[in-house]
Amino acid sequence: MSHPLRGRAAIAGIGQTEFSKESGRSELQLACEAAKAALDDAGLSPRDVDGLVTFTMDSSEEAEVARNLGIPRLTLFSRIPYGGGGACAVVHQAAMAVATGAAEVVVCWRAFNERSGMRFGGAAMAGATTLPPFLDMVGPYGLLTPASWVALQARRYMHEYGVTNEHFGRISVVDRKHAANNPAAWFHGRPITIEDHQASRWIVEPVLRLLDCCQESDGGVALVVTSTERARDLRHVPAVVLAAAQGCADDAELMTSYYRPEISGLPEMGIVAEQLWRQSGLRPADVQTAFLYDHFTPFVLVQLEELGFCKRGEAKDFATVERLSIGGELPINTSGGLLGEAYIHGMNGIAECVRQIRGTSCNQVDGVEHVLATAGTGCPTSGLILGRA
Amino acid sequence: MSYRLGPTTTPDTKFFWDGLKEGRILVQRCKGCARLRHPPRPMCPHCNSLEWDTIAASGRGTVHSFVLPRHPQWPWFEGTYVVALVDLEEGVRLVTNLVDVDPAEVTIGMPVEGRVEHFDDGVSLHQFRPRSPR
Repeated sequence: MSHPLRGRAAIAGIGQTEFSKESGRSELQLACEAAKAALDDAGLSPRDVDGLVTFTMDSSEEAEVARNLGIPRLTLFSRIPYGGGGACAVVHQAAMAVATGAAEVVVCWRAFNERSGMRFGGAAMAGATTLPPFLDMVGPYGLLTPASWVALQARRYMHEYGVTNEHFGRISVVDRKHAANNPAAWFHGRPITIEDHQASRWIVEPVLRLLDCCQESDGGVALVVTSTERARDLRHVPAVVLAAAQGCADDAELMTSYYRPEISGLPEMGIVAEQLWRQSGLRPADVQTAFLYDHFTPFVLVQLEELGFCKRGEAKDFATVERLSIGGELPINTSGGLLGEAYIHGMNGIAECVRQIRGTSCNQVDGVEHVLATAGTGCPTSGLILGRA
Repeated sequence: MSYRLGPTTTPDTKFFWDGLKEGRILVQRCKGCARLRHPPRPMCPHCNSLEWDTIAASGRGTVHSFVLPRHPQWPWFEGTYVVALVDLEEGVRLVTNLVDVDPAEVTIGMPVEGRVEHFDDGVSLHQFRPRSPR
């Protein structure tokens, strides 16, 4: 029997601002610009919109976005926690709303000045005199940045499976190769080699070099979700939601899930993966290209294992530059990902998946039928499989 | 002057930080099923009891993972410092620093021993050092 969510909703519009280091305007304005661009792309008006979904971390109020766009009537507004872990979950939420009739046209967005405004990394803690309670057990010992939180977990993964930092560097090379060909990417025209990667300075030794860590960006991305039936009458080939899922595993924390018996996996992504394959009825071999959330390269390897593209501990051999690049068996992050294109909390990766379904990516993969997207890892997360109508 | 960024305690974690001030590494023990748990939390995930007491850990453990944060530099740490996950012999794991050791000599599985260090700004933290295996 088909899963009740499978195929019911589709992404009919995508919109984005430019990706920069200093947008020069408010996060609310970025949100409105991205949302309007996505609606224009779909061929819909703000008056058609009755649902809004964003991240709990987003600073723009739903009512403010609605009053700027001129949305007269909202019947669904919802938010997803855990930062980038919510990227695919906003679409999940929108698809459920569309499938149940809670809303007909839902705009999902994420817009922030993460580089010029409030940053997440070391800059956020500079000058700090107290710790937020969620950092109590790690902060006093010097784990104060997302890079350091991820590294302590990834170090154990390296130990258990004989993985080196050079293995991680292949993800950086792939992402920057794809970004080099994407005019919207911050690193457009600037590919790197593995030697460049190995020459970049340590951020957290011996796990993360500078080029293993994604950039920080200002910008916004929005997606329009509606019923597959309605999407068929709109401007573009619909990117049908064949599966959408969230996952939180036992003993989870926000990026410091260190207390499980084993910490070399990402069990929340395992929970997402199991649902994605079951809902869609597909297998990893049915996916032609993917956006694998790449805030830090080590967890891209672990995701390949959790999603079933390779066996546990085998990603270091599976994840070659050739296999993961355009022309390879499983090209990933074809817009350049967070490392190469922009850090819009994963929403730009989902927009790229939609372009792959439409056949309009600047790094178009041949014969795309199904695309997989994941969200932020090391925390409760989410995933999507999109297909052609 | 040696100082650290101190915790913001909550009603759920206060016992742990108070314990460190008294020189002890306390681990929460469920009064319902006697299981230990860390980090501190109000409810036992095994039996859902809200009743608990604590035991003082021996401080003996082994390194489960470790890293050397290089960037950014913090005012609270000078030069190279080691952050580690240590499996205590009681069966819980915690985040700590490894001190009095050449970072190049640290290995996963290394036996370590923890004791509380009181910093000049009033913050008390456990710090671990290499120990001879028993």
